[in-house]
Amino acid sequence: MTGKSKDEILHDRNDDGIDRRGFLKCMAWAGTGALCVMSGGVLKSHSLSRLPGLSPKEAMGELSFVQISDSHMGFNKPANPDVAGTLKAAVDKINALPAAPEFLLHTGDISHLSKPEEFDTVDQILKSAKPKDVFYVPGEHDVLNDDGKQFLERYGKGGKGGGWYSFDKKGAHFIGLVNVMNLKAGGLGTLGHEQLQWLEDDLKHLKHSTPMVVFAHIPLWSVYPEWGWGTEDSAQALAYLKKFGSVTVLNGHIHQTMQKVEGNVTFHTAASTAFPQPQPGKADSPGPMKVPAEQLKSVLGITDVNFVQGQHALAVVDSTLA
Amino acid sequence: MRRSVSIAVLTVAVVIGVGTVDVGQKDLLASAQQKPETTEVKIDNFSFGPGTLTVPVGTTVTWTNRDDIPHTVVSTEGAFKSKVLDTDEKFAYTFSKAGTYPYFCSIHPKMTGKVIVQ
Repeated sequence: MTGKSKDEILHDRNDDGIDRRGFLKCMAWAGTGALCVMSGGVLKSHSLSRLPGLSPKEAMGELSFVQISDSHMGFNKPANPDVAGTLKAAVDKINALPAAPEFLLHTGDISHLSKPEEFDTVDQILKSAKPKDVFYVPGEHDVLNDDGKQFLERYGKGGKGGGWYSFDKKGAHFIGLVNVMNLKAGGLGTLGHEQLQWLEDDLKHLKHSTPMVVFAHIPLWSVYPEWGWGTEDSAQALAYLKKFGSVTVLNGHIHQTMQKVEGNVTFHTAASTAFPQPQPGKADSPGPMKVPAEQLKSVLGITDVNFVQGQHALAVVDSTLA
Repeated sequence: MRRSVSIAVLTVAVVIGVGTVDVGQKDLLASAQQKPETTEVKIDNFSFGPGTLTVPVGTTVTWTNRDDIPHTVVSTEGAFKSKVLDTDEKFAYTFSKAGTYPYFCSIHPKMTGKVIVQ
């Protein structure tokens, strides 16, 4: 989406293409590219084209990582007959970043049909990425037919129960949550009692000043429940996170970038590396959106996240594959 | 005043008339549906069509996924469960007992349907 809707920018005080109020109104832009720096719950953003003008501190911070999502390896319909090609393009883009990111986060739907060869292809492609560590959470397409057994065998080592886990990097605490298992008829994504209890325990020993990065496949905020774009019991998880000064929540699933701020919590969804999906309610169903081949790469992308230690700041950069 | 009342009465009469014709058509359709022993549910645009299906005991219902995205057909109460259905793949289940069978897509749980077996 290159055009901006009329009410997105009301006061562009920082000359950065976005104002705070516009941001709070839940900005939706599909891969136009923006660097967002969170500081004490207030966001500043810079369009991708202005990145060269930023100081290295602003642009990089002390920790940077890249989020990719929804590779859907195995999908071969008209919306994108070459999902391997577009994932490779994402890797090229990652490898071209001025400084190699520390690691990759994949927020699920690695495969389209949970087939071993689909996972193999993604593993193979990601091997050519400069960052060698990849952290995964499953999407619903990764746990088909076997309740996630294969996913856990491949990617879930060290995870608890259904595959959730946490780790620390340079002072920030990362939490991978699983919300695609045991879905109930008529419902949304689910974390479940066991996982919520684990989360509460996991957070207990942490200082409130620890920057938190939570990632899961289905959005942990209510994007559009009518299409199942939300998580039933995410409010409980967010309640545990409330005490922290800086919380960033990264999700995939909806194949478009969308951001929202709620107090100290910034929610962010990543574009898919495979195919775009319509904006909430803008189509009969959330099925793949067919766009002309020459436009496809402009609606697919990667998300580059930079963490600036000591400033409680996270910078989120969306870049398209075009 | 009197004129507007009579228009209202006429309107009510027309609505009742249309309603009666409608019920008649449904009866005809119902009796036509008694005969075939297989019935199809199509999965289109993230929904089951028809959402509620009424069939006689012994009917085999076939679900066909016509979406670009895989779906499943899973009984809420555990009576049946399909493997994941990719585009154009089918799942069939024969209903041998009367009852109401709610089901959903376990990948997209907002998608729900119901088979009523009489």
